[in-house]
Amino acid sequence: MIRLDQVSKVFNQGRHNEVRAVQDLSLELETNGVTVLKGPSGSGKTSLLAMIGCLSRPTSGRIHLEGRLISNLPERFMTEVRRATFGFIFQRFNLIRGLTVLENVMLPAYPLAPEPRELRDRALALLRQFRLAERAHNQAEWLSGGEAQRTAICRALINSPRILIADEPTANLDSQLSRELLALIGELADQGKGVLISSHDPLVFDHARVSRVVELRDGRLA
Amino acid sequence: MRTLLRRQRYLLDYSLSSLARRPGKHLALLMVYTLVVFLLASTLLFTQSLRREAALILADSPELIVQRLIAGRHDLMPADYLHRLGQIRGVSDAYGRLWGYFYDPAVKANYTLLVPREEPPTPGEVRLGAGVARARGLGVGDYLSLRSAQGEPFSFRIAGLLEAQTELVSSDLMLLNAEDFRRFFAFPADRFTDLVLRVRNPSEVRKVAEKIALTLPDTRPILREEILRTYDALFGWRQGLVILLLGGALLAFVIFAFDRAAGLSAEERREIGILKAIGWETGDVLRMKFWEGAALSLTAFLAGYLLAYAHVFFFAAALFAPVLKGWAVLYPDFRPLPFIDGLQVATLFFFTVFPYTVATIVPIWRAAITDPDQVMR
Amino acid sequence: MPLSPALLALTLASLTQAGLLLVAAGFALRILRHWDLNSGSERQLDLERRTYLVATLVAWVFGANLLSLLLFIYNAEQLSTQFVGAMCATGVLNANAWGWPALYLKMALFFAGAAWLLLNRVDNQAPDYPLVRPKYALLLVIAPLALAEALVQWQFFAGLKPDLITSCCGALFGPDAQGVAAELVGLEPATSLVALYGSGLAVLAVGQLYRYRGWGGRLFALLAALGFAIALAAVVSSVALYVYEHPHHHCPFCLLKTGHDLVGYLLYLPLFTATALALGMGLILIWRRVPSLAGVIAAEGRRLVGLALLFFSLFYGVATWLILRSNLVLLGPG
Repeated sequence: MIRLDQVSKVFNQGRHNEVRAVQDLSLELETNGVTVLKGPSGSGKTSLLAMIGCLSRPTSGRIHLEGRLISNLPERFMTEVRRATFGFIFQRFNLIRGLTVLENVMLPAYPLAPEPRELRDRALALLRQFRLAERAHNQAEWLSGGEAQRTAICRALINSPRILIADEPTANLDSQLSRELLALIGELADQGKGVLISSHDPLVFDHARVSRVVELRDGRLA
Repeated sequence: MRTLLRRQRYLLDYSLSSLARRPGKHLALLMVYTLVVFLLASTLLFTQSLRREAALILADSPELIVQRLIAGRHDLMPADYLHRLGQIRGVSDAYGRLWGYFYDPAVKANYTLLVPREEPPTPGEVRLGAGVARARGLGVGDYLSLRSAQGEPFSFRIAGLLEAQTELVSSDLMLLNAEDFRRFFAFPADRFTDLVLRVRNPSEVRKVAEKIALTLPDTRPILREEILRTYDALFGWRQGLVILLLGGALLAFVIFAFDRAAGLSAEERREIGILKAIGWETGDVLRMKFWEGAALSLTAFLAGYLLAYAHVFFFAAALFAPVLKGWAVLYPDFRPLPFIDGLQVATLFFFTVFPYTVATIVPIWRAAITDPDQVMR
Repeated sequence: MPLSPALLALTLASLTQAGLLLVAAGFALRILRHWDLNSGSERQLDLERRTYLVATLVAWVFGANLLSLLLFIYNAEQLSTQFVGAMCATGVLNANAWGWPALYLKMALFFAGAAWLLLNRVDNQAPDYPLVRPKYALLLVIAPLALAEALVQWQFFAGLKPDLITSCCGALFGPDAQGVAAELVGLEPATSLVALYGSGLAVLAVGQLYRYRGWGGRLFALLAALGFAIALAAVVSSVALYVYEHPHHHCPFCLLKTGHDLVGYLLYLPLFTATALALGMGLILIWRRVPSLAGVIAAEGRRLVGLALLFFSLFYGVATWLILRSNLVLLGPG
């Protein structure tokens, strides 16, 4: 359960270009199933996702994750919560060029410093699961769009998070690949992962696997 | 503890691979860095070895040298002073020395002529320093012809050459017999150039010097430790001056390093953003960047120091020996004994790695505080 | 002033340290005024990010200070040839009134830096950062210390006139000399050794008590500070004699020379590390009742004391070994 009380996020506070991305938003979200934050660009869904995923702190208001207040944690502790709870899939895949697929997947685990062999095995198992095993030692920039997206999912899963957060995951994929991705996400939901997606793609929020849709407009619930 | 070390290993791994992915960007910095270390290390090693060499030579020189002064100018020493000085308590040995300089117009250089106390050459023969021999193109058995103070030609057979070990001071040396010396320079028979006293107990040297100044007020005693001290101070000054001169270069290097660290490419910025987003903390990025700097510094420091070491000890500091040695015309072919000195390495470290780190702290921190949600914007 | 490279390096280093700490102090003032963890305002986020910078700066200054402490002694050692009668670093430090204060200030900075870093480490383990204010207030004290160190060291170097007659080791530590050093030497070897082992036993015992019973922590820090002073006195008045195997050679710095197998490092590094850990831990204990820190401090305290005990044991072990292997007999059987 994620609970938001009167959450606001303001950028460039007190300056002439001040932007209120999210305004006094209160919301309760179940963490199981697939939840979609829907809305046009600029509606504040990405900012909201970032705050829920402990990537940024609200300017005011409180966020509770499973009853624990996380909105006033300093970065050091927010990162800990994030590493343990969330896995991220980004719009532009955001793989690091020059590193191999395997290295990209292992990257989020580096600060946790697991046993190297154990980490490698874990990563390889994920790659096998997502049909990337033969790509493991290729450089990330040689991958096709679908492969890059699947690598990003493996990377999001490496620390075994409970909740997966995907920001506009289909924006750079054609319809065929988008459907494949949504099928994969559905499988993950079946395995008990909560999934939070922000999107303005009907393919996403009309998908059969989606349990609930939250609509945003101008930083408020629509 | 294990986790802590393992985490550092992961971070180090990542920073090395990050360095390897952008060789172009780091190569320029590495080269400049190495060059700076090389320049500084060469100067320090070279002047330090000059200083050591001087100390080694002076180690067997006498504790006290007495010169006579007339009107504040160095004058020849009457032979009967020798007897009076020998009487002073604590003096274990006293003898007069004969030495002087000779300008050889043929090679436009000054020689130092000296009568050695032990094993002086037989009359008519000399032993030559390597510099003189080189300049004149002479070897053992050849004859060296010089025009004396009176204008008469003199001819000496070369009985031997001096060892190269201490060439720094013996390069321009010419050893000859006392009679030859006096005839060659028309030197008065009852005079010496100066007197030398041996004092066995080092704590008595000062006392003896005081007594000399009392008994023979027209003389000046010079202590070996004073000479050593002067050398030390002199070489210290030279090193300091060179470093001040290199200060400009150092400053340029610092600015360059700052610029390199601050001018992150869009690609690097994106990369750090990704790391932050997928779960790296500011501290992790800081440490990763720190390892990157450490790897660069270590490489540059080792490479620069080794190059300087080879330059000074194997190539006799070919690049700037003429400036720093400041000898006469006969450059000694100086091959110092290799050494590594902790103080020096530490000093060098403070002049190179230290400014480099200071220059990069703020840029690294700036990179590390990239917002984790930036990749989503 | 002799213009040697090491001297220039030290001056450069101390000025940079002072400069960086002043910058950090300026930031500390802002923190003290505006810190509010419950706010998500951009100013608060900015302040939080800057704490990373300050911690990095302090860690850096601490490292640089440790190195410059060594360089300072080496440098004094090397300069000793330029002063009549100065046979080693001691003579040079005596060359003017600023030598010893410069060394003491460097040591003080070392301990202060270590304490701050430990404090920071503990504070970073509690999500509400309860020690932010004391921590940055302490920084306001450390910064002037660094400045004083830079100035005093500068005075020392500027006042060095090569050729001026300084008292050599023998004269300084001779029976007519006055001052702390002379009093240390005046100490009977037997007395100093009894004090050394007495304080050592007390430190080790109280440390164990804290580790297993959880009390006596502050007493431990106090005893460690005392033990540190006694240890230094004992090194000068007796341990050094055993190392040099000479009944009148008291210099605490010659131990660092290669000629004595560098045993000085084996003595001083553990001693200083142990003392720094113990003092830092004494400081941290002040906040042992802060709710979010109680667990952290209990765990961290035991770890720190364990480490400090390890290094103290190392120091006492090395000292004992030096005394036993020596051919010098100071304490006759009769």
